[in-house]
Amino acid sequence: MSSAVTRRDFLRVTSTSLGGLVATSFLPSTFANRAATAEPAWLRDAVQLFVRVEPDERVFIGARGPEIGQGVRTSLPMLIAEELDVSWDQVTVEQLPYGVVAADTTAGVDTKYGAQRAGGSTAIPQSWLEMRQVGARVRELFVQAAAQAWGVDAAKLTTKLGYVIGPGGQRSSYGKLAPLANTLSVAAHPLPLKSPTAFHTIGTSTMVTDARDIVTGRAEYGIDGAVEGRLVAVVERSPYLDGEVESYDDSATLAVAGVRHVVVLPVPSKTAFTEHLAAGIAIVADDTWSAMQGRKALKVKWRTGSWSADDTDTFRDTAHSALQLDGEVARADGDITTARTEASQVVEAEYFQPFLAHATMEPMNATIALEQDRALLIASLQAPAAASSLISKLTGIDRLNIEVRLPRSGGGFGRRGQNDFVAEAVHIAMAVNKPVKLIWSREDDIRNDWYRPSGAHGMTATLDTQKKLTGWVHKVAATDRRFRIPYLAGRDPWFTCLDADAFPAGCVPNYLATFTAVPFGLPLGWWRGPLPTFVAFANQAFMDEVAHAAGADPVEFRLALLGEPRELKYKGHGGPVFHTGRLATVLQRAARKIGYGRDLASGHGIGVAAHFVFGAYSAHAMEVSVENGELKIHRCVCAADVGVPVNPLGLDAQLSGGTIDGISTTLYQEVTVKDGQVVQSNFPDYRLLASAAAPDVEVDIVPSDYAPAGAGEMGTPTVAPALVNAIFAATGKRIRRLPVGDQLKT
Amino acid sequence: MAVQFSLNGRETEFDGAGDMPLLWYLRDYAALTGTKFGCGIAACGACTVHVDGKAVRACVTPISSVADKVVTTIEGLATDGQLHPVQQAWIEEDVPQCGYCQAGQIMAAADLLARDGNPDDGSIAGITNLCRCGTYPRIRRAIKRAAGLLAASKHA
Repeated sequence: MSSAVTRRDFLRVTSTSLGGLVATSFLPSTFANRAATAEPAWLRDAVQLFVRVEPDERVFIGARGPEIGQGVRTSLPMLIAEELDVSWDQVTVEQLPYGVVAADTTAGVDTKYGAQRAGGSTAIPQSWLEMRQVGARVRELFVQAAAQAWGVDAAKLTTKLGYVIGPGGQRSSYGKLAPLANTLSVAAHPLPLKSPTAFHTIGTSTMVTDARDIVTGRAEYGIDGAVEGRLVAVVERSPYLDGEVESYDDSATLAVAGVRHVVVLPVPSKTAFTEHLAAGIAIVADDTWSAMQGRKALKVKWRTGSWSADDTDTFRDTAHSALQLDGEVARADGDITTARTEASQVVEAEYFQPFLAHATMEPMNATIALEQDRALLIASLQAPAAASSLISKLTGIDRLNIEVRLPRSGGGFGRRGQNDFVAEAVHIAMAVNKPVKLIWSREDDIRNDWYRPSGAHGMTATLDTQKKLTGWVHKVAATDRRFRIPYLAGRDPWFTCLDADAFPAGCVPNYLATFTAVPFGLPLGWWRGPLPTFVAFANQAFMDEVAHAAGADPVEFRLALLGEPRELKYKGHGGPVFHTGRLATVLQRAARKIGYGRDLASGHGIGVAAHFVFGAYSAHAMEVSVENGELKIHRCVCAADVGVPVNPLGLDAQLSGGTIDGISTTLYQEVTVKDGQVVQSNFPDYRLLASAAAPDVEVDIVPSDYAPAGAGEMGTPTVAPALVNAIFAATGKRIRRLPVGDQLKT
Repeated sequence: MAVQFSLNGRETEFDGAGDMPLLWYLRDYAALTGTKFGCGIAACGACTVHVDGKAVRACVTPISSVADKVVTTIEGLATDGQLHPVQQAWIEEDVPQCGYCQAGQIMAAADLLARDGNPDDGSIAGITNLCRCGTYPRIRRAIKRAAGLLAASKHA
């Protein structure tokens, strides 16, 4: 692929995506030689694709990531603006589409803008250097242009907020320099970046860039995608895991005004979740309401699948029983058997966590237009590259001819890391030979999810005569996250269900972590902080139990265990190290902020929890009371060290929102299965916290010079343990099974 | 028989299915996609619009029921290019995260402020619209800020 083609491609894409804006002064299309360096090729080729400066000094900056509510449409362009050295007031952010350049080479897919996905809180850590390099290199073009115009050494020039400044006090704006800068070549090597003390944008609270569009209803989401001549499709899916259509009668459906087609979807693979999840029948109509009416009129007889006798009550019993098995060893330090024999006290407890749905506010949907050799997808996505690949696989269309737009997404939480809804839309569009907008109902969404894994934890701690922790066992018996997911086949069996290196690993001489897989038919997926939420609940709630058993204060007990600030090895996502001092700091700050240790009102209790989350450190402290079985949260503190806070206002939003998400989940949420069918269907039985029960969240952001981790998943994992620990402190009642549900009433 | 009503200040007519929920009329026929689909059973409030000035859930409001009434959607809340104080406050408090429920939240808040010019947390808790991102604390602040803006505009 020549650089010239890349360039034209960009112009074409932006001229449509700008919606009528005249692009007068694109930066140059000159590309440096592709010298072999460690940095990604796209970075050298794509620098100018992110920035455009107009003669009136407006600066347009491209946002590459899918915006799912985590704030990357604001925070990633901030990184560019910082090193480009422009005032944020000059900046207009534009969403970049998915930028495939060359399809499926041996090295993977080459893209114009680098990584474009939302998942694992990776956008900020991945962009921290990349987007700043983009800004620095475009800035360098303006410096070079001024040097040429003024006949001075570029090394003598500086920049300040959209101006190049010369040694004699000459000033020229970027807008004026842009035509000359357009003729220059971008540096082909990494440029030095600013010292944090010189930051004017990074670390400054910055408001959501498209807030005005959102509050006026103009912001486009996937579900708003408009394509000329589209039909609307809904799908009646098998209610049974692995079920199939035995027979159906669509005569009443086809009699509904506006219904055009009834399409039987292919039966999905029984061995791999690679396309759509469920057998089903699509009803395709002129509008959404007609399609929904047609669906109601459809009569289907389903053949139940191999999981039709399964239910989650049995699964829970099986999981607890499986804790008696040895399991596969994920990590073993010292000799836990001897520790147990020599212990003066052994503490044991079992915990259980349910399956969870995502319930993104915007249900799954996809608008797709297929032509002979071209495709357009408009959808709310977290993994646009995988969507592009899937469309190509199903249609045979070259990936270079598949346009994937990235509108805002009405939440993600990991759900949109999968593209099963895209596969459905493709199948339907191919069958009816027209553009199709597929819309899922809320019921479809809750019942056809890739659920957060479920399982039991068997915890054991051994204490010596000094009440010091000598041994720690964390056994997990849970679903196998790799179930029918080929690309995870190489992962550990305990992937996203057991964190072998989680604290107190490395802080206790005898340590054992084991895993036993318990079969179940539900598809499993990513879920906001998938591993940390699953691990932190059992780990940090049990830590509380052990502290109480040792007669120690729960905060002091943890701090003593964390010991001297030091780095421990951490193999999982967010590693390679875990810093005990940073975890101790967030715990101490959360405790201090809530006034830990003060006299509390009668019936009140404070609980804490702290955990390492994907390279960041989070802690919660909650003050609660329980009256007549009703929980009241009086104070709620979240302290976090995510490294350099790029956008403190956005970080506060993520931590506060993540906390409220965690409270919803802890108190209410579980997906259960009876007779091979998901029981829950909509918000009345899959509850979200409403305003009335949502506390204000006091967020404490730790000032930090560490390279930033993300923000989206850091506010959730420590909520459940802090909450159940607070409930214990207030009432003496231990909650070991989530959700809390009505356990406080008995 | 065609249904006639006022939509964001314009006289409008629809001669399709009378049982079609207002939500799907707005999204599929009026190209007003600011009103969002969230649950279809009036549980989440993402589809909240005003009918004769009162907040209703458009997903369970048959289009036939708005005959001769005044419908306002999020796109019609600002007047003469001037943001409604609730919209202004929403921006100033930086409320949205994913933003999907926010149109409904704003319409519900505007309705509340029309009835209660100085709402406290208890009054705000009467809004049952759901937000999956958990923006409630900032929503509360924005509603109070909007109350201040409204009061100030009445004195001006």
